[in-house]
Amino acid sequence: MQKTYLGKQLEVDENGHLVNPEDWSKEIASAIAKDMGIELTDKHWELIEYLRKEAENNESMSIRKVGKSGIVTIKEFYNLFPRGPLKNASKIAGLPKPESCL
Amino acid sequence: MINISNINIFMKKIIIIGAGTAGTIIANKLQKINRNNRFEITVIDKQSIHYYQPGYLFLPFGKLEEHQVKKDKKDLFIDGVNLEISKVSKIDAENNRLIMEDGNSKPYDLLVIATGVNIRPDETEGMTGDLWYKNIFDFYTMEGAKKLREALKSFNGGDLVMHIVEMPIKCPVAPLEFVFLVDEYLRDRGIRDKTNIKYVTPLEGAFTRPLAAKKLGGLLEERNIKIVPNFGTEKIDNEQQMLLGYDGREVGFDLLVTVPTNMGSNLIESSGLGNELNLVPTNQYSLQSKKHKNIFVAGDASDIPASKAGSVAHFQAETIITNILRYFKGKKMKESFKGHANCFIETGDNKGVMIDFDYDNEPNVRKIPFEGIGPFSGLSESRINHWGKVTMRQYYWNILLKDRFSKILNLIK
Repeated sequence: MQKTYLGKQLEVDENGHLVNPEDWSKEIASAIAKDMGIELTDKHWELIEYLRKEAENNESMSIRKVGKSGIVTIKEFYNLFPRGPLKNASKIAGLPKPESCL
Repeated sequence: MINISNINIFMKKIIIIGAGTAGTIIANKLQKINRNNRFEITVIDKQSIHYYQPGYLFLPFGKLEEHQVKKDKKDLFIDGVNLEISKVSKIDAENNRLIMEDGNSKPYDLLVIATGVNIRPDETEGMTGDLWYKNIFDFYTMEGAKKLREALKSFNGGDLVMHIVEMPIKCPVAPLEFVFLVDEYLRDRGIRDKTNIKYVTPLEGAFTRPLAAKKLGGLLEERNIKIVPNFGTEKIDNEQQMLLGYDGREVGFDLLVTVPTNMGSNLIESSGLGNELNLVPTNQYSLQSKKHKNIFVAGDASDIPASKAGSVAHFQAETIITNILRYFKGKKMKESFKGHANCFIETGDNKGVMIDFDYDNEPNVRKIPFEGIGPFSGLSESRINHWGKVTMRQYYWNILLKDRFSKILNLIK
């Protein structure tokens, strides 16, 4: 499956997450967010960086863990990335769909 | 390099904490291959009764009674396994020992953590308030299931909400089965048309896997059960009898059946071995603790992305036993666990479906041979699948926990 961001054809999975990590850039992240109706603020970026860093260290992620990160409360997380905040934040951060469910 | 012959000279102390499904299967399987008493196998649990947890689902509907879902733990181990009913207050992993509640310490060569997960209604604001066990019930404990049975008896219609706070939960299909069974129950009582059934979930659909979510979502629709997806529960308003979502959504209820947050044991937290849900970080293929080479994690207690279910614990046993032997021989861990899970799903009216999946494969629709007793068809509803689930209880007590597969298979041959 492919999706076009900023004029580039990028490989995505069935949920719209980037398949190739090297395709990700801050510009692409903004484009993915825009596509989802989200304008990225500094808080968004702080979370995106946090998620990417944890993923780099092979740490599993959950909404609860984000709530304990000290960056945002869970409520704020929902406000920043409405409806499925972890899933949507992961998509913008260029990460696979989180495995914390099931 | 460890000299292999050393294993036979010195008896190795293996301690398994938790005598639930995972701990019991592993202890019995290990004891069966315990030639020349190479291992001293001790299982420690803080309480003496083993509950058949899949049975909790049927208690609220009077389809099973309490005595059918519990047994004394001491009757579930084969000869040679030591069962000790006492409380561990800390796992001192750096020094390879347990600190017991009475202050004594117990050294081990190898530890298997099989402490499971428990529901934590206290994690959700307002859940344990005035409505707890009046209008709000769980069915993941004996007490909750029994109290829910009484509440259902006096229920006369209104908004009945099945609710999941957050993932992961034990037996992720149980809430679905509950709504199918409650739909049947309310029809039998003639009050289904006076009841709105809602299914409130943090997931985007009825289940996490797309194919199964579609099929199971279809079954919900057929039964006029409304799904409320992507719902992150902020709190429960006791006065208004409402679930409040982080996104501002509100869901009112007359009867709320909830699956509270599932968390690992407090022992894991106090030992500093867990993540934010007190689950032990574990290699998902070898089932070895990521931090300690002489600790393996079985069943629900780990953080691996597999279902928390008895079938998973059973499928893990082979990998764990193999790796325990390899650990003592100084060999590399075998990464052979693939996340295999299978579950029967009760869909009401004496019917059921079965799903079978792993880390890489979606729930399949093939005929599934069930350890020589099957086959059962996959995602299609049928009576044989229901029969499978009912038989499962006898199978669980008599065959699964005691690792009697080989004997049964030989009889069939």
